[in-house]
Amino acid sequence: MTLAAATELAAVTDLSGVTELAAATNEQLAKYSDVLIHSAMVVYTLAFFAYIAEWLFGSRSKVGRTAAALTAGAGKKADAPAITVKQAGGTAVLERPQVVVRSATGARDVPDGPGAHGGDEKGDLYGRIAVSLTVLAFLVEFAGVLARALSVQRAPWGNMYEFNITFSTVAVGVYLTLLALKKNVRWLGLILITTVLLDLGLAVTVLYTESDQLVPALHSYWLYIHVSTAIFCGAVFYVGAMTTVLYLFKDSYENKLMSGGTPGRFATSVLERLPAAASLDKFSYRVNAAVFPLWTFTIIAGAIWAGDAWGRYWGWDPKEVWSFITWVAYAGYLHARATAGWKGRKAAYIALIAFGCWLFNYYGVNIFVSGKHSYADV
Amino acid sequence: MSTTDTKGTEKESADDLGAAGSQLSTAPREEAPNLPSLGVIGWARWFWRQLTSMRVALLLLFLLSLGAIPGSLIPQSGTDATKVADFMDRHETLGPIYEKLGLFHVYSSVWFSAIYILLFVSLIGCIVPRTWQFVGQLRGRPPGAPKRLTRLPAYTTWRTGAEPEQVREVALRVLKQHRFRAHVAGDAVAAEKGYLREAGNLLFHIALIVMLVAFAWGQLYKSEGNKLVVEGDGFANTITQYDDFKSGSLFSIDHDLEPFSFDLKEFKGTYEVSGPNKGTPRTYEADVTYSVGADGEEKRTTIKVNEPLKIGDSKVYLVSHGYAPVVTVRDGKGKVVYKGAVPLLPQDSNVTSSGAIKVLDGYRNADGEREQLGFNAFFVPSFAGEGQGTMLSQFPALLNPRLALSAYHGDVGVDSGIAQNVYQLDTRKLEKFEDSDGELLTERLAPGETMQLPDGAGSITFEKEIKEWAGFQVTEQPGSGWALLGAIAAIGGLAGSLFIQRRRVWVRAVRGADGVTVVEMAGLGRSESAKVPEELGRLAAVVYDAAPTAPDAPPERTQDQDPDPSDAQPTEEPSADTSTPDPQVVSAEGADKQ
Ligand code: HEM
Repeated sequence: MTLAAATELAAVTDLSGVTELAAATNEQLAKYSDVLIHSAMVVYTLAFFAYIAEWLFGSRSKVGRTAAALTAGAGKKADAPAITVKQAGGTAVLERPQVVVRSATGARDVPDGPGAHGGDEKGDLYGRIAVSLTVLAFLVEFAGVLARALSVQRAPWGNMYEFNITFSTVAVGVYLTLLALKKNVRWLGLILITTVLLDLGLAVTVLYTESDQLVPALHSYWLYIHVSTAIFCGAVFYVGAMTTVLYLFKDSYENKLMSGGTPGRFATSVLERLPAAASLDKFSYRVNAAVFPLWTFTIIAGAIWAGDAWGRYWGWDPKEVWSFITWVAYAGYLHARATAGWKGRKAAYIALIAFGCWLFNYYGVNIFVSGKHSYADV
Repeated sequence: MSTTDTKGTEKESADDLGAAGSQLSTAPREEAPNLPSLGVIGWARWFWRQLTSMRVALLLLFLLSLGAIPGSLIPQSGTDATKVADFMDRHETLGPIYEKLGLFHVYSSVWFSAIYILLFVSLIGCIVPRTWQFVGQLRGRPPGAPKRLTRLPAYTTWRTGAEPEQVREVALRVLKQHRFRAHVAGDAVAAEKGYLREAGNLLFHIALIVMLVAFAWGQLYKSEGNKLVVEGDGFANTITQYDDFKSGSLFSIDHDLEPFSFDLKEFKGTYEVSGPNKGTPRTYEADVTYSVGADGEEKRTTIKVNEPLKIGDSKVYLVSHGYAPVVTVRDGKGKVVYKGAVPLLPQDSNVTSSGAIKVLDGYRNADGEREQLGFNAFFVPSFAGEGQGTMLSQFPALLNPRLALSAYHGDVGVDSGIAQNVYQLDTRKLEKFEDSDGELLTERLAPGETMQLPDGAGSITFEKEIKEWAGFQVTEQPGSGWALLGAIAAIGGLAGSLFIQRRRVWVRAVRGADGVTVVEMAGLGRSESAKVPEELGRLAAVVYDAAPTAPDAPPERTQDQDPDPSDAQPTEEPSADTSTPDPQVVSAEGADKQ
């Protein structure tokens, strides 16, 4: 057979379909982008210290709701429905009905912690500062990503450097959106910003790539759909995974309290301020379940693109395999939650494994495995 | 059976709620894996129950993802046979072991197939009974109210002057308006909503089966072949015309090749002419005329890289391109013995190309003996210029083409019966033509130039017309439409399954001991969710408007309608902690308004 060689060459020479992206690299914009990314790192660092301050000041206040709910004869109380009826002092005020919520039988009735500031006013102030700084850093980083995209006149995910900066921007964006939706997630800030700083540090040192043209096979609008949803799903899965880890810690903490143990002071100080394990578990489930259909769509969009570009929609290329593994792992997680004996911690471990698969699909496959997707410049 | 999604203590909750919480989902009940004591049928039934349980489905999902891993790390013969051979060479002990385990073709190996076939048998075994159950639920009515509504995750109550029948009537109307399925059962209205969740879940699992079958079908019946076509030439979709051809195991050559043909009229490539990306391809287009069937009407179209030509289940992709210089070979007497376009293979991104020209018959040398001629050919579309020496192209387009030839005569070796690479010259039985220094005769020609072979052996002319060729891949994968349909259904079903909450609402209205009507409303979701109490609040507000608080209700008293007072322990409203309102109480939204 003689054409294999020709076909391979075609992959290098490549036959690009889309033409409008005449892309002369604009070096000036690329430089702006670098400056903006570095500036974003500085602001993130400030935000990082503000989150630290929030936690530090929060530790001064004594919150012990979890402990209070789980110890001191709480066993009975947990089963009792907390029926509350408003009392209107003396006069016959016509009261509207109040809906009373109780946990399902057998579930622990643990109140959520107040958040990292622990109810401390100064802590709360620092927390607000931290969020404001995060918003600022997000805007700067976003501008940096945008400048990068404009400098190459294409989507900013042609190599691992660009993927990293885009990914961290989207992850912070997801966090800020959750905050804007009035979800109780500020406690996630410190971990998120720490990892964002690590991610950016890695990006600007090890992974940095001069702004450059894309391999032309990547010129397809399916790329925009496929990769942008993939990045978004990754960011949301990441939020889910962080919450899952916290759930595991908090759950151990509650278990220890239930069995009459005394957790360490540091663990108490940190974990008392987080939401109840059940809330964390529910939150991570919602987050993971909400993006699972989108992740399914991402894989299908990729298959459609592969069908148009490579002549087969599914060929067990390493990237495809790992997307599939990630998908099956998350499906396993959703199943585990519906399977008696697998709820709670076991399901949480599966969720973490599933996110591990997602991470490996990105870093591991790009670095260790070669396949058609190996456009990434390491 | 797990009815309320609680942690542990299933039994207790089942006792609590009776039938009220049952069948909020059709998930199979979990049974302890008791070993059967009966004979073969007992065992078969036991095995089937195990296979269709959630636990085993989970295990199989886990195995499926584990099993998929080696295929991404070990070279696969389906995608890269040379790498597999290379691996076999380098690992003398490991190689054969891998081979035995099917690790070079994981996704068609026996064990991988076993996992997914088991999974899908389990899936079918799961779907069929669940569908029946679901149909039964749709036919039946929502279960009646449990005795103690206070036990439910969302609860509200008030006393009203309205008659109990009146309240029930209002509640029934309100719930139906909110598209609940509702009916009056005894002293309460029972209502349920969100059946689409179950329907979505079933649709999703069925769609998975559709996708798998479509995929398997496609694998078994697929075909894939490559063909290089020079401008002006054509291709008819029969197996003999392919340069190479692969097909699935059930593919039948006689029946399954779509009858069509096409001619390549013109290939057009454009390239970035300046800037840092100079030479980067901008467009590749192949203008073709094609016809379907034996005598179909001829149509024109353009095939681009991401836009294949679709004919039935077949797709024609443009996958490569190159140049085919036209040469004319004459013998010593000036008779044309060969004239044609010779496709050459690109070697780099600027289409420096190489190949061979073979004149097999019709040539006689100066002595009048039959001989064959062979030329090694190098071609550059954009020559750097005199003195720049090397035959490396500077640009992919035809700016300054040159053809470098070295000439041989003798036996090209095609007759020996061994398949030969048309792009390479086998020089073992060939003699060099020599130049005046006794070296291999080599010349670099511009278009229109001719290279003379020594001693009246003839000549070869590099014609001014230079053709281009395009490589086409023709694939046929039946069932891809079904796969796509399954995929879309899967996403839709999944969204329904994950975003819709199935929940029940009960409204009980009874005359209390003091003659005042007591209304109780409670909600139950399949899983704990903030939405259930919120919705209950909204519904309660509407019902409340029609049946407001009895004016003579003693306001100071905490209300306690529970038939069993020990069950409900009213607590005082939390007052101390104002910064963080007690999360357990959700105000009945809308009820406070007006
Ligand atoms: C190809 C393999 C399978 C995949 C990818 C898959 C995927 C999923 C997903 C993503 C869900 C989540 C939807 C939700 O939480 O409502 C789900 C739910 C479910 N699956 Fe599967 N599934 C597979 C096989 C099976 C099998 C073999 C069974 C039967 C034993 C099964 C039974 C169920 C049930 C009962 C639910 C609903 C659980 C509930 O009510 O929450 N699935 N499945």
